[in-house]
Amino acid sequence: MGNLLSLTTFIPLLGAAILALFLRGSDDAAQNNAKWVAMATTLATFLVSLFILFGFDPSNTDFQFVEERPWLLGMNYKMGVDGISVLFVMLTTFLMPLVIASCWNVSTRVKEYMIAFLLLETLMLGVFMALDLVLFYLFFEAGLIPMFLIIGIWGGANRIYASFKFFLYTFLGSVLMLVAMVAMFSQAGTTDIPTLMTYNFASEDFSILGVQIVGGMQTLLWIAFFASFAVKMPMWPVHTWLPDAHVQAPTAGSVVLAAILLKMGGYGFLRFSLPMFPIGSEVLGPMVLWLSVIAIIYTSLVALVQEDMKKLIAYSSVAHMGYVTMGIFAVNQQGIDGAIFQMISHGFISGALFLCVGVIYDRMHTREIDAYGGLVNRMPAYALIFLFFTMANVGLPGTSGFIGEFLVLMGIFQVNTWVAMFATTGVILSAAYALWLYRRVVMGDLIKESLRTISDMTTRERFIFAPLAFMTLLLGVYPALVLDIIGPSVTALVDNYDMATAGMTAAATH
Amino acid sequence: MISADIQTVMPEIILAVYAMLALLVAVYTTKDAMAPLLTWVTSGLFVLLAFYIGAGEAVTTTAFDGMFNNDGFARFAKIVILISAASVLVMSQEYMQKRDLLRFEYPLLVALSVVGMMVMVSAGDLMALYMGLELQSLALYVVASLRRDSLKSTEAGLKYFVLGALSSGLLLYGASLTYGFAGTTLFSGIMAAASADFSLGLLFGVVFMLAGFAFKVSAAPFHMWTPDVYEGSPTPVTAFFATAPKVAAMGLFARVVHDAFGGIVAEWQQIVAFLAVASMFWGAVAAISQRDIKRLMAYSSIAHMGFALMGLAAGTVLGVQAMLIYMAIYVTMNVGTFAFILGMEKDGRPITDIESLKSYSKKQPLMSLVVLIMMFSLAGVPPMLGFFGKFYVLRAAYDAGLGWLAVAGVVASVIGAFYYLRIVYYVYFGEDTDGVDGTMSPVLWTAAVVTAAIVLLAWVPGINLFGIETIAQAAAETLVN
Repeated sequence: MGNLLSLTTFIPLLGAAILALFLRGSDDAAQNNAKWVAMATTLATFLVSLFILFGFDPSNTDFQFVEERPWLLGMNYKMGVDGISVLFVMLTTFLMPLVIASCWNVSTRVKEYMIAFLLLETLMLGVFMALDLVLFYLFFEAGLIPMFLIIGIWGGANRIYASFKFFLYTFLGSVLMLVAMVAMFSQAGTTDIPTLMTYNFASEDFSILGVQIVGGMQTLLWIAFFASFAVKMPMWPVHTWLPDAHVQAPTAGSVVLAAILLKMGGYGFLRFSLPMFPIGSEVLGPMVLWLSVIAIIYTSLVALVQEDMKKLIAYSSVAHMGYVTMGIFAVNQQGIDGAIFQMISHGFISGALFLCVGVIYDRMHTREIDAYGGLVNRMPAYALIFLFFTMANVGLPGTSGFIGEFLVLMGIFQVNTWVAMFATTGVILSAAYALWLYRRVVMGDLIKESLRTISDMTTRERFIFAPLAFMTLLLGVYPALVLDIIGPSVTALVDNYDMATAGMTAAATH
Repeated sequence: MISADIQTVMPEIILAVYAMLALLVAVYTTKDAMAPLLTWVTSGLFVLLAFYIGAGEAVTTTAFDGMFNNDGFARFAKIVILISAASVLVMSQEYMQKRDLLRFEYPLLVALSVVGMMVMVSAGDLMALYMGLELQSLALYVVASLRRDSLKSTEAGLKYFVLGALSSGLLLYGASLTYGFAGTTLFSGIMAAASADFSLGLLFGVVFMLAGFAFKVSAAPFHMWTPDVYEGSPTPVTAFFATAPKVAAMGLFARVVHDAFGGIVAEWQQIVAFLAVASMFWGAVAAISQRDIKRLMAYSSIAHMGFALMGLAAGTVLGVQAMLIYMAIYVTMNVGTFAFILGMEKDGRPITDIESLKSYSKKQPLMSLVVLIMMFSLAGVPPMLGFFGKFYVLRAAYDAGLGWLAVAGVVASVIGAFYYLRIVYYVYFGEDTDGVDGTMSPVLWTAAVVTAAIVLLAWVPGINLFGIETIAQAAAETLVN
């Protein structure tokens, strides 16, 4: 199987093409067919991707399953996975069937909806597998198109504003990365990611318009990539598109956005910023740490005062992504292990939380926290599930949320005690907003007249949550499942980084 | 000797003779009744000539003591010009017929202007350059005001003519200065003179000539005529303006700056870079408030010319290659987009208001997808072809040390993305209105769908832009030395 990765990537595209070409009509039968085709496609993708997981050799820190085809400008169409990317691939293929299942109630333009999600899956998988700069950019940017449509067509009342903001914000971030890629191509003469990871980009200081650029070219390139990934992540202060996008997106769109699309930013830092521009990372890394701390504290406080459930969870996502950036730029084994773990775990937890909102939104068509209260009386199963994921979000030991945050804090503590101290307050704040949300929505007496007839979760909904809860718990009690796979690659990354920056630190002390 | 010269300019001679003969035949026989036939014959001839030029030997020949070059660069540009002119002619026939505009002069004027364009991109001498340019322009002035009883169309023709004459004047002034200081009108002679002693007079010559070219490619700040002419002309004519003449003008631009002033890249680089930045930003910003899709496409073309000029500003083989690829991609996108615009009508009347596209996707899912692909491609979002065009020029500009220009370009493209997105927004998110009718004629439908497929898929590994990269590279190498 020389092209397992391409196969996995393009199965969803094939499904989308089948839907687009062969499915006619818009009656109930056609809608159901569309959903089943999409479901079958995503399940098939997941099954095929299992071959990647089981065929993957964690002890080998090189890229595996590599395939290469000549492309334009002397570039290659090159795909491959290593310990860092393989789990993101698995996260995507694992979540997509659940996402499809979660939009079973959608009834407007179902066929197009399914096509958009299948297309998005292909593009997301491509991002995590691409081993060529331009190929990566292609997948990275193209993902904006289906997401723009998903928010714009199937979104809420203010969807136009949100979709434009989402698109233009991320597009502006990414084009600077494009220029940086062109610069790298020009300097290194190749766009091959494995080659570039070991290439030493110029880092002599120079000045532009009288401003001294410490770290030279590497710093500039780092900033350009940072512009893209920080927006995608999203980091404070460029996070403002996310709450809007989340609130207006349909439930399934929010799930994909929170669980997978945000991870592209973190993945980008690990794949590009750290290995390719170690000097740039060393120069500006401390800034990222403080930005992350601000993100954690500020967005947690903002989350406390939200009236809209989705907005609250969106801000909580920004805060949790703050841990991720912090862990990454701690650049040690625990920090990066923790960051990747946090991303995977956040994929399950935030996805589940948005689904939880979706469950009651489907019933009441409002996301206002004030419109709810006392749901536990009518929806015991829902209360349990929601509680479980709220606790996981807070980082209760025994859930995967705890492992990620703990590892990150451990990593950052070795680098900067102050940052670690401030960041730890985020754990308390997250408990505050998450538990308060839970209290207001689920606990208490059922006094709202409109909620008297609300029904508990259906079997379909339970089936969606079961795998997510299982994974959250499994990774919480046995984190080695993830850490064993990412460990060696992360060690190699950290070693290379230390080697590249050792000279710089020596020069600085000299 | 003379027969070898004739051999070199054969395609131009064939086309010119055809146009004049057909004009006579039509006048003395059935006049406008022949127009549909002439349209098909003309576009067929375009395609044949494109094949003839493409299949010819890949050698550089010159004719008339260097006045006329037939090199790889000229051939590349000519093929793009011919194919795009042919497709626009085919697309326009039905539209013109419905509105009683299909006079027999139309295809023949187009043919004559194409002869002018072919001379432009082959010019090796200031005289040949001016001859080609004027032949092209005069024919275009007439077709712009083809709808004689329409105020807007005649206004467009007149505006185009007056401003075009002004720019020709500037160009001529620059050419005469250049001639005065270089002592020759031959590009190779100018090249030698400029490299040996670059005087202030020559510099003025260069500046005036570049201003004239900037007008022809509609680069800011010489773009003012574009929106009005695009809006006022009949839509098929607008489609034609947006494609072939742009390629020819860019080709001429590249020809002069490299063949005549190739030794003094540093002198004109800053001018071209300024034109590029100004066009990209003005094209992006000014389009935001446009409600008419033809005006919008005018500003879009200004922005795109800015990107093509960015490639040219590099002043390298890579730059010319990028410019050629960019122009080929630009023409493909515009043919597809205008195929769609030509089909926009309501109760049989053409309609160009973008708000009329609201909820179009519910009536025509496939055609909406075409619009979506075209708009994202024009905005330069991967994986559409437009992105690859931008990538080539960015790379060329960066390689030539114009990193700031690359950054400015991508920032402008984000601003520009807004108005392309707005069209997608109308098509997909808009509320129901009684906008454009859903139906499209088979010719336009085919043109739109085929170009959309190319725009969407041409980058796929294995197709690799149909190998245009190596052809453009070879073409660029014959020009830059």
